[in-house]
Amino acid sequence: MALAPLCLILAGCATPDGARVSGDVFDPYEENNRQTHELNRALDKALVRPVGVGYTAIVPDDLEGSIGNFASNLGLPGTVVNNLLQGNVEGAFTNTMRFVFNTTLGFGGLFDVAGDFQIDEVKADFGQTLYVWGVPEGAYVELPVLGPSTERAMVGRAVDLFTNPLSYVLPSPDKYIGTAAGVASKVGDRGRYAETVDSVLYNSADSYSQARGIYLQNRRFELGDGDAAEEINPFDLNTEGF
Amino acid sequence: MTQYTRRAATCLIGAAVATFTLMPTTASALDNASAKKLVDALVGEINRVIASGKSEQAMYSDFKRIFAKYGDTSYIAAYAMGNDGRRASNAQKKKFSAEFQTYISRKYGSRFREFIGGRLEVKSVRPVKSWFEVQTTAFLRGESPFTVTFLVSDRTGRDKFFNMFIEGINLLLTERTEIGAMIDKRGGSIDKMIADLRNAK
Repeated sequence: MALAPLCLILAGCATPDGARVSGDVFDPYEENNRQTHELNRALDKALVRPVGVGYTAIVPDDLEGSIGNFASNLGLPGTVVNNLLQGNVEGAFTNTMRFVFNTTLGFGGLFDVAGDFQIDEVKADFGQTLYVWGVPEGAYVELPVLGPSTERAMVGRAVDLFTNPLSYVLPSPDKYIGTAAGVASKVGDRGRYAETVDSVLYNSADSYSQARGIYLQNRRFELGDGDAAEEINPFDLNTEGF
Repeated sequence: MTQYTRRAATCLIGAAVATFTLMPTTASALDNASAKKLVDALVGEINRVIASGKSEQAMYSDFKRIFAKYGDTSYIAAYAMGNDGRRASNAQKKKFSAEFQTYISRKYGSRFREFIGGRLEVKSVRPVKSWFEVQTTAFLRGESPFTVTFLVSDRTGRDKFFNMFIEGINLLLTERTEIGAMIDKRGGSIDKMIADLRNAK
Protein backbone atom coordinates (compact mmCIF):
# COMPACT_ATOMS: atom_id res chain seq x y z
CA MET A 1 0.00 0.00 0.00
CA ALA A 2 2.79 2.37 0.90
CA LEU A 3 4.23 1.76 -2.56
CA ALA A 4 1.15 3.09 -4.36
CA PRO A 5 2.15 6.78 -4.37
CA LEU A 6 5.64 5.76 -5.44
CA CYS A 7 4.24 3.97 -8.50
CA LEU A 8 2.32 7.10 -9.39
CA ILE A 9 5.42 9.25 -9.20
CA LEU A 10 7.44 6.79 -11.27
CA ALA A 11 4.73 6.51 -13.88
CA GLY A 12 5.19 10.26 -14.24
CA CYS A 13 8.89 9.84 -15.05
CA ALA A 14 9.45 11.30 -18.48
CA THR A 15 11.20 9.00 -20.95
CA PRO A 16 12.83 9.74 -24.28
CA ASP A 17 11.81 7.78 -27.38
CA GLY A 18 14.04 4.97 -28.55
CA ALA A 19 17.18 3.43 -27.14
CA ARG A 20 19.81 5.45 -25.34
CA VAL A 21 23.58 5.23 -25.52
CA SER A 22 25.72 5.98 -22.53
CA GLY A 23 26.70 9.55 -23.37
CA ASP A 24 23.10 10.52 -24.17
CA VAL A 25 21.34 13.18 -22.20
CA PHE A 26 17.58 13.57 -21.78
CA ASP A 27 17.02 17.02 -20.38
CA PRO A 28 13.56 18.44 -21.10
CA TYR A 29 13.75 20.70 -18.02
CA GLU A 30 17.02 22.29 -19.08
CA GLU A 31 15.81 25.86 -18.63
CA ASN A 32 14.73 25.29 -15.02
CA ASN A 33 17.77 23.14 -14.33
CA ARG A 34 20.10 25.89 -15.50
CA GLN A 35 18.44 28.33 -13.09
CA THR A 36 18.91 25.87 -10.24
CA HIS A 37 22.49 25.37 -11.35
CA GLU A 38 23.20 29.09 -11.04
CA LEU A 39 21.62 29.04 -7.59
CA ASN A 40 23.79 26.08 -6.57
CA ARG A 41 26.90 27.78 -7.89
CA ALA A 42 26.12 30.92 -5.89
CA LEU A 43 25.53 28.80 -2.78
CA ASP A 44 28.79 26.96 -3.34
CA LYS A 45 30.76 30.14 -3.82
CA ALA A 46 29.30 31.92 -0.79
CA LEU A 47 29.05 29.05 1.67
CA VAL A 48 29.90 25.45 0.80
CA ARG A 49 33.30 26.04 -0.79
CA PRO A 50 34.71 28.38 1.89
CA VAL A 51 33.39 26.16 4.71
CA GLY A 52 34.73 23.04 2.97
CA VAL A 53 38.18 24.50 2.36
CA GLY A 54 38.32 25.80 5.94
CA TYR A 55 37.14 22.46 7.33
CA THR A 56 39.84 20.52 5.46
CA ALA A 57 42.50 23.01 6.50
CA ILE A 58 41.57 22.96 10.20
CA VAL A 59 40.49 19.37 10.84
CA PRO A 60 43.43 16.93 10.86
CA ASP A 61 43.36 14.35 8.06
CA ASP A 62 42.92 11.40 10.43
CA LEU A 63 39.96 12.96 12.18
CA GLU A 64 38.42 13.94 8.84
CA GLY A 65 38.79 10.33 7.75
CA SER A 66 37.18 9.05 10.94
CA ILE A 67 34.20 11.36 10.58
CA GLY A 68 33.75 10.08 7.03
CA ASN A 69 34.06 6.46 8.19
CA PHE A 70 31.60 7.03 11.00
CA ALA A 71 28.99 8.53 8.67
CA SER A 72 29.36 5.85 6.02
CA ASN A 73 29.22 3.07 8.64
CA LEU A 74 25.90 4.39 9.96
CA GLY A 75 24.58 4.32 6.39
CA LEU A 76 25.43 0.64 5.90
CA PRO A 77 22.22 -0.89 7.30
CA GLY A 78 20.28 1.13 4.71
CA THR A 79 22.64 -0.16 2.03
CA VAL A 80 22.02 -3.74 3.18
CA VAL A 81 18.25 -3.20 2.85
CA ASN A 82 18.79 -2.08 -0.76
CA ASN A 83 21.19 -4.97 -1.46
CA LEU A 84 18.41 -7.32 -0.38
CA LEU A 85 15.71 -5.50 -2.36
CA GLN A 86 17.93 -6.01 -5.41
CA GLY A 87 18.35 -9.72 -4.61
CA ASN A 88 22.07 -9.23 -3.99
CA VAL A 89 22.51 -11.54 -0.99
CA GLU A 90 26.29 -11.62 -1.35
CA GLY A 91 26.48 -7.81 -1.25
CA ALA A 92 24.19 -7.73 1.76
CA PHE A 93 26.44 -10.24 3.51
CA THR A 94 29.64 -8.28 2.71
CA ASN A 95 28.10 -5.03 3.96
CA THR A 96 26.81 -6.71 7.11
CA MET A 97 30.31 -8.03 7.81
CA ARG A 98 31.67 -4.53 7.27
CA PHE A 99 29.14 -3.07 9.66
CA VAL A 100 29.88 -5.65 12.36
CA PHE A 101 33.68 -5.34 12.08
CA ASN A 102 33.75 -1.56 11.91
CA THR A 103 31.18 -1.02 14.66
CA THR A 104 33.02 -3.32 17.09
CA LEU A 105 36.74 -3.44 16.23
CA GLY A 106 36.55 -0.03 14.53
CA PHE A 107 35.19 1.71 17.65
CA GLY A 108 31.66 2.53 16.50
CA GLY A 109 32.72 2.93 12.89
CA LEU A 110 35.45 5.52 13.40
CA PHE A 111 38.01 3.19 11.81
CA ASP A 112 37.59 1.23 8.60
CA VAL A 113 39.01 -2.07 9.89
CA ALA A 114 37.04 -4.04 7.30
CA GLY A 115 38.61 -2.03 4.48
CA ASP A 116 42.05 -3.15 5.67
CA PHE A 117 40.86 -6.70 5.03
CA GLN A 118 39.56 -5.76 1.57
CA ILE A 119 35.96 -6.04 2.73
CA ASP A 120 34.86 -3.05 0.67
CA GLU A 121 31.37 -1.60 0.58
CA VAL A 122 29.05 -2.95 -2.09
CA LYS A 123 27.26 0.30 -2.82
CA ALA A 124 23.51 0.36 -3.13
CA ASP A 125 20.77 2.94 -2.85
CA PHE A 126 17.08 2.94 -3.63
CA GLY A 127 17.62 4.72 -6.95
CA GLN A 128 19.76 1.74 -7.93
CA THR A 129 17.11 -0.65 -6.64
CA LEU A 130 14.61 1.04 -8.96
CA TYR A 131 17.08 0.57 -11.85
CA VAL A 132 17.36 -3.14 -11.01
CA TRP A 133 13.57 -3.35 -10.96
CA GLY A 134 13.48 -1.94 -14.49
CA VAL A 135 12.31 1.60 -13.79
CA PRO A 136 13.62 4.00 -16.50
CA GLU A 137 16.08 6.75 -15.63
CA GLY A 138 13.69 9.59 -16.43
CA ALA A 139 14.83 13.13 -17.12
CA TYR A 140 17.95 14.79 -15.80
CA VAL A 141 17.28 17.16 -12.89
CA GLU A 142 19.53 19.47 -10.96
CA LEU A 143 18.23 19.68 -7.41
CA PRO A 144 18.70 22.73 -5.21
CA VAL A 145 21.59 22.20 -2.75
CA LEU A 146 21.87 18.46 -3.56
CA GLY A 147 22.98 18.99 -7.18
CA PRO A 148 22.80 16.69 -10.24
CA SER A 149 20.25 13.87 -10.22
CA THR A 150 17.72 12.08 -12.39
CA GLU A 151 14.02 11.61 -11.77
CA ARG A 152 14.66 8.00 -10.78
CA ALA A 153 17.57 8.87 -8.48
CA MET A 154 15.53 11.67 -6.93
CA VAL A 155 12.70 9.30 -5.98
CA GLY A 156 15.38 6.92 -4.67
CA ARG A 157 16.82 9.61 -2.42
CA ALA A 158 13.43 10.39 -0.98
CA VAL A 159 12.71 6.72 -0.24
CA ASP A 160 16.19 6.25 1.26
CA LEU A 161 15.25 8.68 4.01
CA PHE A 162 13.21 5.74 5.33
CA THR A 163 15.22 2.65 4.31
CA ASN A 164 17.83 2.80 7.05
CA PRO A 165 16.67 0.58 9.94
CA LEU A 166 18.96 2.49 12.30
CA SER A 167 16.78 5.58 12.01
CA TYR A 168 13.95 3.58 13.62
CA VAL A 169 16.14 2.11 16.35
CA LEU A 170 18.34 4.99 17.45
CA PRO A 171 16.91 7.51 19.91
CA SER A 172 16.36 11.00 18.57
CA PRO A 173 19.52 12.94 19.49
CA ASP A 174 21.83 10.09 18.48
CA LYS A 175 20.56 9.69 14.98
CA TYR A 176 21.24 13.36 14.26
CA ILE A 177 24.89 12.80 15.10
CA GLY A 178 25.00 10.47 12.10
CA THR A 179 23.31 13.05 9.89
CA ALA A 180 25.69 15.75 11.10
CA ALA A 181 28.70 13.51 10.42
CA GLY A 182 27.33 12.85 6.94
CA VAL A 183 26.99 16.55 6.18
CA ALA A 184 30.45 17.24 7.65
CA SER A 185 32.01 14.55 5.49
CA LYS A 186 30.32 15.93 2.35
CA VAL A 187 31.54 19.43 3.17
CA GLY A 188 35.01 18.02 3.84
CA ASP A 189 34.98 16.35 0.41
CA ARG A 190 34.24 19.73 -1.17
CA GLY A 191 37.38 21.09 0.49
CA ARG A 192 39.56 18.09 -0.24
CA TYR A 193 38.72 18.01 -3.93
CA ALA A 194 38.49 21.78 -4.18
CA GLU A 195 40.56 22.01 -7.34
CA THR A 196 38.77 19.27 -9.21
CA VAL A 197 35.31 20.59 -8.30
CA ASP A 198 36.41 24.16 -9.09
CA SER A 199 37.59 23.09 -12.52
CA VAL A 200 34.08 21.86 -13.33
CA LEU A 201 32.04 24.58 -11.59
CA TYR A 202 34.15 27.65 -12.32
CA ASN A 203 36.73 26.96 -15.01
CA SER A 204 34.73 25.16 -17.67
CA ALA A 205 33.08 26.99 -20.54
CA ASP A 206 29.65 25.54 -19.70
CA SER A 207 29.65 24.23 -16.15
CA TYR A 208 26.03 23.12 -16.38
CA SER A 209 26.56 20.68 -19.24
CA GLN A 210 29.88 19.47 -17.80
CA ALA A 211 28.28 18.71 -14.42
CA ARG A 212 25.38 16.99 -16.18
CA GLY A 213 27.60 14.85 -18.41
CA ILE A 214 29.94 13.86 -15.61
CA TYR A 215 27.09 12.96 -13.25
CA LEU A 216 25.15 10.89 -15.80
CA GLN A 217 28.18 8.94 -17.02
CA ASN A 218 29.38 8.20 -13.50
CA ARG A 219 25.92 7.25 -12.24
CA ARG A 220 25.33 4.88 -15.17
CA PHE A 221 28.78 3.37 -14.57
CA GLU A 222 27.95 2.73 -10.91
CA LEU A 223 24.67 1.12 -11.89
CA GLY A 224 26.35 -1.02 -14.54
CA ASP A 225 23.94 0.53 -17.07
CA GLY A 226 25.51 0.21 -20.52
CA ASP A 227 29.16 -0.15 -21.45
CA ALA A 228 30.44 3.24 -22.49
CA ALA A 229 33.79 1.87 -23.61
CA GLU A 230 32.16 -0.18 -26.34
CA GLU A 231 30.45 2.69 -28.08
CA ILE A 232 33.25 4.56 -29.78
CA ASN A 233 34.99 3.22 -32.83
CA PRO A 234 38.36 4.91 -33.29
CA PHE A 235 38.43 3.95 -36.94
CA ASP A 236 35.25 5.87 -37.74
CA LEU A 237 36.78 9.28 -37.22
CA ASN A 238 38.59 11.36 -39.82
CA THR A 239 41.82 12.43 -38.13
CA GLU A 240 43.42 13.91 -41.21
CA GLY A 241 45.12 17.23 -40.52
CA PHE A 242 45.19 16.88 -36.71
CA MET B 1 14.19 -25.06 -36.07
CA THR B 2 15.22 -24.95 -39.75
CA GLN B 3 15.42 -21.21 -39.57
CA TYR B 4 17.61 -21.49 -36.49
CA THR B 5 19.97 -23.89 -38.29
CA ARG B 6 20.14 -21.70 -41.33
CA ARG B 7 21.00 -18.71 -39.20
CA ALA B 8 23.68 -20.71 -37.43
CA ALA B 9 25.17 -21.72 -40.77
CA THR B 10 25.15 -18.12 -42.00
CA CYS B 11 26.90 -17.12 -38.80
CA LEU B 12 29.53 -19.78 -39.26
CA ILE B 13 30.25 -18.68 -42.82
CA GLY B 14 30.29 -15.09 -41.65
CA ALA B 15 32.70 -15.94 -38.87
CA ALA B 16 34.96 -17.81 -41.29
CA VAL B 17 35.02 -14.85 -43.68
CA ALA B 18 35.66 -12.48 -40.82
CA THR B 19 38.52 -14.59 -39.50
CA PHE B 20 40.04 -14.76 -42.95
CA THR B 21 39.82 -11.02 -43.64
CA LEU B 22 40.87 -10.11 -40.11
CA MET B 23 43.89 -12.39 -40.17
CA PRO B 24 46.49 -9.71 -40.89
CA THR B 25 45.14 -7.53 -38.06
CA THR B 26 45.10 -10.42 -35.60
CA ALA B 27 48.68 -11.21 -36.45
CA SER B 28 49.78 -7.59 -35.91
CA ALA B 29 51.47 -6.20 -32.84
CA LEU B 30 48.54 -5.44 -30.56
CA ASP B 31 47.33 -8.13 -28.19
CA ASN B 32 46.44 -8.38 -24.51
CA ALA B 33 50.09 -8.48 -23.46
CA SER B 34 51.24 -5.50 -25.52
CA ALA B 35 48.20 -3.41 -24.52
CA LYS B 36 49.00 -4.11 -20.87
CA LYS B 37 52.66 -3.33 -21.50
CA LEU B 38 51.78 0.06 -22.96
CA VAL B 39 49.63 1.02 -19.97
CA ASP B 40 52.23 -0.29 -17.52
CA ALA B 41 54.91 1.84 -19.17
CA LEU B 42 52.61 4.87 -19.27
CA VAL B 43 51.65 4.53 -15.62
CA GLY B 44 55.32 3.98 -14.70
CA GLU B 45 56.41 7.19 -16.41
CA ILE B 46 53.60 9.23 -14.84
CA ASN B 47 54.47 7.87 -11.40
CA ARG B 48 58.14 8.77 -11.88
CA VAL B 49 57.27 12.36 -12.81
CA ILE B 50 54.98 12.72 -9.80
CA ALA B 51 57.65 11.31 -7.49
CA SER B 52 60.39 13.51 -8.98
CA GLY B 53 59.35 16.53 -6.93
CA LYS B 54 59.96 18.88 -9.88
CA SER B 55 58.25 22.26 -10.20
CA GLU B 56 54.70 22.25 -11.59
CA GLN B 57 55.80 23.83 -14.86
CA ALA B 58 58.50 21.20 -15.36
CA MET B 59 55.98 18.46 -14.58
CA TYR B 60 53.54 19.81 -17.18
CA SER B 61 56.13 19.64 -19.92
CA ASP B 62 57.03 16.11 -18.83
CA PHE B 63 53.37 15.13 -19.02
CA LYS B 64 53.14 16.68 -22.47
CA ARG B 65 56.07 14.57 -23.63
CA ILE B 66 54.47 11.43 -22.14
CA PHE B 67 51.13 12.27 -23.75
CA ALA B 68 52.79 12.66 -27.16
CA LYS B 69 54.70 9.41 -26.71
CA TYR B 70 51.87 7.16 -25.52
CA GLY B 71 48.72 8.92 -26.74
CA ASP B 72 47.05 8.87 -30.14
CA THR B 73 47.16 12.66 -30.14
CA SER B 74 45.66 13.24 -33.59
CA TYR B 75 42.67 11.01 -32.81
CA ILE B 76 42.17 12.66 -29.43
CA ALA B 77 42.31 16.17 -30.92
CA ALA B 78 39.97 15.24 -33.79
CA TYR B 79 37.46 13.72 -31.37
CA ALA B 80 37.61 16.71 -29.05
CA MET B 81 36.86 19.12 -31.89
CA GLY B 82 33.83 17.06 -32.90
CA ASN B 83 31.63 18.34 -35.72
CA ASP B 84 33.41 21.69 -35.74
CA GLY B 85 36.42 19.79 -37.07
CA ARG B 86 34.64 19.39 -40.42
CA ARG B 87 34.75 23.11 -41.18
CA ALA B 88 38.23 23.66 -39.72
CA SER B 89 41.11 24.38 -42.11
CA ASN B 90 44.20 22.21 -42.01
CA ALA B 91 46.14 25.06 -40.41
CA GLN B 92 43.47 25.34 -37.68
CA LYS B 93 43.51 21.60 -37.09
CA LYS B 94 47.28 21.54 -36.76
CA LYS B 95 47.36 24.51 -34.40
CA PHE B 96 44.49 23.12 -32.35
CA SER B 97 46.18 19.75 -32.03
CA ALA B 98 49.36 21.36 -30.66
CA GLU B 99 47.53 23.72 -28.26
CA PHE B 100 45.24 20.95 -27.14
CA GLN B 101 48.18 18.79 -26.07
CA THR B 102 49.54 21.60 -23.91
CA TYR B 103 46.09 22.25 -22.45
CA ILE B 104 45.49 18.58 -21.61
CA SER B 105 48.91 18.18 -20.01
CA ARG B 106 48.35 21.22 -17.83
CA LYS B 107 44.74 20.41 -16.93
CA TYR B 108 45.28 16.77 -16.01
CA GLY B 109 48.84 17.34 -14.82
CA SER B 110 47.54 19.54 -12.05
CA ARG B 111 45.07 16.78 -11.09
CA PHE B 112 47.86 14.19 -10.92
CA ARG B 113 49.20 15.95 -7.85
CA GLU B 114 46.23 14.47 -5.98
CA PHE B 115 47.78 11.12 -6.90
CA ILE B 116 50.91 11.71 -4.84
CA GLY B 117 51.42 8.66 -2.63
CA GLY B 118 48.89 6.72 -4.71
CA ARG B 119 49.28 4.07 -7.37
CA LEU B 120 47.56 2.54 -10.38
CA GLU B 121 47.49 -1.24 -10.81
CA VAL B 122 46.62 -2.96 -14.07
CA LYS B 123 43.80 -5.41 -13.29
CA SER B 124 42.60 -6.85 -16.59
CA VAL B 125 42.80 -6.52 -20.34
CA ARG B 126 40.09 -7.44 -22.83
CA PRO B 127 39.68 -7.02 -26.56
CA VAL B 128 36.72 -4.83 -27.64
CA LYS B 129 36.01 -4.68 -31.38
CA SER B 130 39.25 -3.35 -32.88
CA TRP B 131 40.92 -2.14 -29.69
CA PHE B 132 41.81 -3.20 -26.17
CA GLU B 133 40.39 -2.08 -22.87
CA VAL B 134 42.90 -2.02 -20.02
CA GLN B 135 41.27 -1.79 -16.60
CA THR B 136 43.31 -0.41 -13.76
CA THR B 137 42.50 0.24 -10.13
CA ALA B 138 43.59 3.50 -8.57
CA PHE B 139 44.57 3.38 -4.92
CA LEU B 140 44.65 6.80 -3.32
CA ARG B 141 45.40 7.66 0.27
CA GLY B 142 42.22 7.72 2.37
CA GLU B 143 40.05 6.77 -0.62
CA SER B 144 38.13 3.67 -1.63
CA PRO B 145 39.84 2.12 -4.67
CA PHE B 146 38.29 3.19 -7.99
CA THR B 147 38.46 2.13 -11.62
CA VAL B 148 40.47 3.87 -14.33
CA THR B 149 40.17 2.38 -17.83
CA PHE B 150 42.48 3.01 -20.78
CA LEU B 151 41.53 2.24 -24.38
CA VAL B 152 44.48 1.18 -26.53
CA SER B 153 44.65 0.71 -30.31
CA ASP B 154 47.30 0.29 -33.00
CA ARG B 155 45.36 2.43 -35.49
CA THR B 156 48.44 4.55 -36.14
CA GLY B 157 50.67 1.53 -36.64
CA ARG B 158 51.94 1.79 -33.07
CA ASP B 159 50.23 0.95 -29.80
CA LYS B 160 48.73 4.13 -28.35
CA PHE B 161 46.00 4.94 -25.85
CA PHE B 162 43.15 6.95 -27.33
CA ASN B 163 40.75 7.40 -24.43
CA MET B 164 40.52 7.10 -20.67
CA PHE B 165 37.59 6.56 -18.32
CA ILE B 166 37.65 7.47 -14.64
CA GLU B 167 34.77 5.73 -12.84
CA GLY B 168 32.85 5.68 -16.09
CA ILE B 169 33.56 9.31 -16.99
CA ASN B 170 34.73 9.48 -20.58
CA LEU B 171 37.54 12.02 -20.79
CA LEU B 172 37.23 12.44 -24.56
CA LEU B 173 33.53 13.15 -24.29
CA THR B 174 34.16 15.59 -21.43
CA GLU B 175 36.72 17.45 -23.54
CA ARG B 176 34.48 17.47 -26.61
CA THR B 177 31.76 19.11 -24.48
CA GLU B 178 34.32 21.63 -23.25
CA ILE B 179 35.72 22.55 -26.67
CA GLY B 180 32.21 22.72 -28.16
CA ALA B 181 31.08 25.07 -25.36
CA MET B 182 34.19 27.23 -25.83
CA ILE B 183 33.47 27.59 -29.56
CA ASP B 184 29.78 28.40 -28.90
CA LYS B 185 30.72 31.04 -26.34
CA ARG B 186 32.99 32.70 -28.91
CA GLY B 187 30.28 33.04 -31.54
CA GLY B 188 31.44 29.91 -33.37
CA SER B 189 35.02 31.11 -33.85
CA ILE B 190 37.51 28.24 -33.97
CA ASP B 191 40.43 30.69 -34.01
CA LYS B 192 39.31 32.42 -30.81
CA MET B 193 38.81 29.04 -29.13
CA ILE B 194 42.35 27.97 -30.07
CA ALA B 195 43.78 31.27 -28.83
CA ASP B 196 41.95 30.98 -25.49
CA LEU B 197 42.90 27.34 -25.00
CA ARG B 198 46.29 28.63 -23.91
CA ASN B 199 44.76 30.09 -20.74
CA ALA B 200 42.02 27.53 -20.19
CA LYS B 201 42.26 25.43 -17.06
